[in-house]
Amino acid sequence: MIGIAIEALIKSALIAFVLLTAFAYLTFAERKIAALMQVRKGPNRVGPWGLLQPAADGIKLIFKEEVMPAGADKVLFFLAPILTMIPAIVIVAVIPVGPDVELFGRTIRLGISDLNVGLLYILAIASVAVYGIVLAGWSSANKYALLGGLRASAQMISYEIALGLSIIGPIMLAGTLSLQGIVQAQQSSTWYVIWQPLGAMIFLIAGLAELNRAPFDMPEAEQELTAGYFTEYSGMKFSLFFMGEYIKMVAVSAIATTLFFGGYLGPFVDKLPWLGILYFAIKTGAFLFLMIWIRLTLPRLRYDQLMAFGWKVLLPLALFNVVITAVVIVFVG
Amino acid sequence: MIPTSYYLALSVILFAIGVAGVLLRRNAIILFMAIELMLNSANLVFVAYSRQFGALDGQILVFFVMTVAAAEVAVGLALIVTIFRSKASIDVDDISMLKG
Amino acid sequence: MLPNIPELVIFLVLAVIAVAAALGMLASSNAIYSALFLVVNFGVVATFYLLLGAPFIAMAQVTVYAGAIMVLFLFVIMLLGAEKMKQTSHNLLWQKPLSIVLIVLLLSISFYVVLGQGVSVGSDLMQNASGYGSPSAIGTLLFQKYLFPFEATSILLLAAMVGAVVLTGVRRQRRRIRKSRRL
Repeated sequence: MIGIAIEALIKSALIAFVLLTAFAYLTFAERKIAALMQVRKGPNRVGPWGLLQPAADGIKLIFKEEVMPAGADKVLFFLAPILTMIPAIVIVAVIPVGPDVELFGRTIRLGISDLNVGLLYILAIASVAVYGIVLAGWSSANKYALLGGLRASAQMISYEIALGLSIIGPIMLAGTLSLQGIVQAQQSSTWYVIWQPLGAMIFLIAGLAELNRAPFDMPEAEQELTAGYFTEYSGMKFSLFFMGEYIKMVAVSAIATTLFFGGYLGPFVDKLPWLGILYFAIKTGAFLFLMIWIRLTLPRLRYDQLMAFGWKVLLPLALFNVVITAVVIVFVG
Repeated sequence: MIPTSYYLALSVILFAIGVAGVLLRRNAIILFMAIELMLNSANLVFVAYSRQFGALDGQILVFFVMTVAAAEVAVGLALIVTIFRSKASIDVDDISMLKG
Repeated sequence: MLPNIPELVIFLVLAVIAVAAALGMLASSNAIYSALFLVVNFGVVATFYLLLGAPFIAMAQVTVYAGAIMVLFLFVIMLLGAEKMKQTSHNLLWQKPLSIVLIVLLLSISFYVVLGQGVSVGSDLMQNASGYGSPSAIGTLLFQKYLFPFEATSILLLAAMVGAVVLTGVRRQRRRIRKSRRL
């Protein structure tokens, strides 16, 4: 019993550490890739090739003054960044990053937990993630922040439906809600992106909208709302929002990898289980690159276009995908 | 294991708080939340009894209650928004005329 | 058969949080805080569902109540700017004490019934059936025994959706405004 608890604790700490490092270097990667695509140099002063830039950014943010707007709701203003951060981290608890491995004579599952309601857990946490943003917008006592918060909540609720429907495809194919089960089911068939191309596309689009990433970053549209819901935030509180957004990017990429791209599966994983982590990291990294690429390529949508797209295009498509998948499973088997 | 009656007692307290909310508060939105609280306490009883009898039917009923609650909230909040538009108030005491 | 101590402590702590959150919802003058207290309460109840062997319901609880219903509440409160509506009740003076009496009556009667039942944990069926409360068990029951009610809820949801759209529809609103201008 205590052994299990210690194991879970070590794994949780490791995953939190990996996520925070990933956050730091994701910001760096984004700036470098943006520079590359715009024929610039990007950060190159701190450390070799600018590799210590994230550390410098972090130190700068820690020493910035924290501004509390007059008229702000102090409790919620303080709570909102934390509420944004926590769901982003705990959502990865059910994602398997590799097959079971032997270490010190114990069989260790690579992944904190494997729930039989794993996907429902992901949906539940994703639906709670909106609170931090809404409360940040409201508690700042700033019209731009409030508008950003309202936009974010409407956008996230709308796209959550398409997101939820798009993951029904893999659930039906695998016949389980456990993420480990879905990965193992992809071993016998192939990656589900082959059977569910539409589902995978919808998942990615809706995932980008859930993240409030470009081209769906209306809640923080600079030209319209200065910075949206975190207009009034500064210092560490601001960096918590920033962190939450990037960690959510990693989480969405990891979930997409698990559901549609075979998770940790790849050549020779059954012989060398540790390779699974490598494959998982490569696939997740590819998604992160894709997200950065999309941000640098596409302009922002207009808000009414975004809502119309979510409700009138994405949702019917997702429903259609569910129906087609069900029909094919029943008649073809 | 925690006896079922403990859960029932908790549920009774929550239900009573919900009733108090409906009787004492006049803000339509808070009133609505109090109703949600009562539905929720009923759900807790369903799940507790579901465990006691080892049958899943109670959990299925909770599922239905959630659906009804969601439908109710959608219509109810739409009503509140409409009332607010015409009266600029969501106090239930102000909604005393039949004609808007 | 009484529960062991750690379980009881967990239960009591969670129960106190649930009741405190419910009271907070009742007493808070700011509707946003009320909504947040209610979210805490729903979260605690979801934990109780987990303890009661209903993981599916627990997750549905978080998704539906905390994730959808309460966000909708927050959205409407913020949209209307209704977080600090004054209590303007002046015509309900004698009803207030009466309602408190009624609530106390309700509490005492319910407690009399609940405690009169005695302490029972129930059958050990739950331990025997390994799939108790699992998604597949729920699904099987839902799509076989409860298929008709399940289909009926879809009509209910459709009706609610249409109702909400009709009530807050833009076109209707415009027509009403035009009409009131004419008057």
